[in-house]
Amino acid sequence: MRVNKKKVNFSSKKVDSSSKNVNFSSGLMSVLASLICIAVGLLVGLLILYCINAEQAIDGFTRIVKGGFFMMPKGLGSVLAQTAPLIMTGLSVAFAFKTGLFNIGAAGQYTLGALGALYFALVLHAPWWVCLLAAMLFGAVWGAIPGLFKAYFNVNEVITAIMFNWIGLYAVNEIIYKGVIGSMYDLKTTKTFTVRGVSPQSVIPDLGLNGIFKTKSTTIAIFIAIIIAIIMYIVINKTTFGYELKACGHNKDAAKYAGINDKKNIVLSMTIAGALSGIGAGLYYLSGVAEWNPQVSTALPTMGFNGIPVALLALSNPIGVIFAALFVSHITVGGGYLPTKYFQPEIADVIIAVIIYLCAFVMLFKGFVMNLIASKKKDASDANAGTVSKTDANGKGKGADA
Amino acid sequence: MFLLLKYTLLYAVVLMLVALGGMFSERSGVINIALEGIMVIGSLAGILVLTIFGGTLSPAMLVVLSVLVSALAGMIYSLLLGFSAITLKADQTIGGTALNMLATAAAMVIVKAYNNAASGGNGAASSKLSYANNAFIFTAGPLTYNIFLIIGIVLLIVSYIFLYKTKYGLRLRSCGEHPQAADSVGVNVYKWRYAGVMISGFLGGLGGFAYIVPSVSIWNFEVGVTGFGFLALAVMIFGQWKPFRIAGAAVFFAIFKSLANIADATALSNLHLSQNIYNMMPFIASMIILALTSKNSHAPKAEGIPYDKGAR
Repeated sequence: MRVNKKKVNFSSKKVDSSSKNVNFSSGLMSVLASLICIAVGLLVGLLILYCINAEQAIDGFTRIVKGGFFMMPKGLGSVLAQTAPLIMTGLSVAFAFKTGLFNIGAAGQYTLGALGALYFALVLHAPWWVCLLAAMLFGAVWGAIPGLFKAYFNVNEVITAIMFNWIGLYAVNEIIYKGVIGSMYDLKTTKTFTVRGVSPQSVIPDLGLNGIFKTKSTTIAIFIAIIIAIIMYIVINKTTFGYELKACGHNKDAAKYAGINDKKNIVLSMTIAGALSGIGAGLYYLSGVAEWNPQVSTALPTMGFNGIPVALLALSNPIGVIFAALFVSHITVGGGYLPTKYFQPEIADVIIAVIIYLCAFVMLFKGFVMNLIASKKKDASDANAGTVSKTDANGKGKGADA
Repeated sequence: MFLLLKYTLLYAVVLMLVALGGMFSERSGVINIALEGIMVIGSLAGILVLTIFGGTLSPAMLVVLSVLVSALAGMIYSLLLGFSAITLKADQTIGGTALNMLATAAAMVIVKAYNNAASGGNGAASSKLSYANNAFIFTAGPLTYNIFLIIGIVLLIVSYIFLYKTKYGLRLRSCGEHPQAADSVGVNVYKWRYAGVMISGFLGGLGGFAYIVPSVSIWNFEVGVTGFGFLALAVMIFGQWKPFRIAGAAVFFAIFKSLANIADATALSNLHLSQNIYNMMPFIASMIILALTSKNSHAPKAEGIPYDKGAR
């Protein structure tokens, strides 16, 4: 049995200390770590703005930082419309993290979710909640596959998920473009038909939000996402099922020894993660934010990948995911308000990418500092401080472990 | 048929170069998910050289310079992965994912800023670059080849000799199999892992350039390198982390990729299988192989685990 010394830990409650003080400062430190990532990311963004056009840099930076507030109330409305699916993909990645799995397949599950939602809306004209359930189901199936491969063939979930991202993308594009299961593709716009135009009952109700924000796509999706986030918080932290999942994530072998069915939990965790991503796609396409474009077949939806920074910024805490998703869509929308005469909206994407890059190792500094605090507070004999560098024996990242 | 052969050669070289890059990184113990991003950065740097110096340098100089710049750019970009994965012992998958996202976004910003400046700052936000690629292509018999075919074959042989016939290759491999043992006999694990990642960046950057330049003379950076980096990852696993097997796997994958390209134009269109189906096939094939071979996989044992000198 190889002992794995990985120190990256995605759970926020890292220090297994009896002292409440340490737990509190751990949470504080987590928030601080995320804020450091954000600050450095923004700083890099400012630097890029300066490099491209020094005179306009401050103006551009203000637009990014202001985000949706730059153009009230429309901007805020589009931030909310973007946040809802982002919360879902963020939850998807965060939930898998809790089980020690890295769900890089959120993009593929999101793609399948989009197919489910669009098929039920455009072909079957089902009511919106049925479409949403369909999106969930389609995403769940695509999420279950990497789980099954991991549990029964011992293939690393990252590899499987990457492969199935592309398989899913090509399959969905084929189905929509060729109209295999019904006509969804509009030749005039080279996209799918608008949900609003074909099947108004499939659009998620807005309860007047569109009026308030003067947009076309601000629906109650954001509330659905927040409610699901709260449910996920309860599932992870207050139920036996959540405890079992976390136990598998912390130490698969110990969990197995304690009588937890690790294979079942891996598959279940990935299935739920997939379902969450699928709902995300449903919330996006059933709100009518945009239409699926099967011609741009070479790019996976960024919404899926942006779930990763959201989950990392939130330290996999479902409640934190809500705020992290708000932040990410805030600066993405802000990037869209950059004057294209001087700047490129993709600068916002650069900022997000820098933030994830930092997130990958900022946690380690946090772990290091926490280690110091913990060892100071404890007696030398009670050498429990080592729990900070918790072992993670499932060996994330082995291509295919024998 | 010639068309199929042409595309197969083109794609096989690219996939082989990038997969060899992945192999060096993983053999040294670092998972390189960032291959896709490295390819984007490499191709961007090379193409920028072509666009900027297009008319001023002699064709031969231009070829040498752009190839070198693309490889070096990939190498420098891979240092970011090395820094987070080796020096800071961060999670390699997350770091790699971040670098993939960064590469596409940064490429878009750079290309758009360049086009904007070139057109006098009127805000024409095109993410396309055009360039001349005649110098890279030559004809022999009924087929056209590109110089990357030669570079690729040379690098394949060099890779094999380096990895299996020199003491340096042994050291690099030992860092991926059992870093503690390597360290105990005086091999600097950190140094060799950096070497592995940098070789990977070199080959990845070159591969990105080789993917784009010979086939088209205008490229839209919005699409990155269309998932070729991930495909190369599959090639590497398919090739079981061994140079010649990787070359074989690259040819196998390239055939499918080429079929996707020519499906609509040739007799194959009678089968009524579209591009998407052919594009899917290599991914499905590699999943089947993965499922079947996972029990006796040749993956480097210490792959993905940050080496901590002080750890017990």
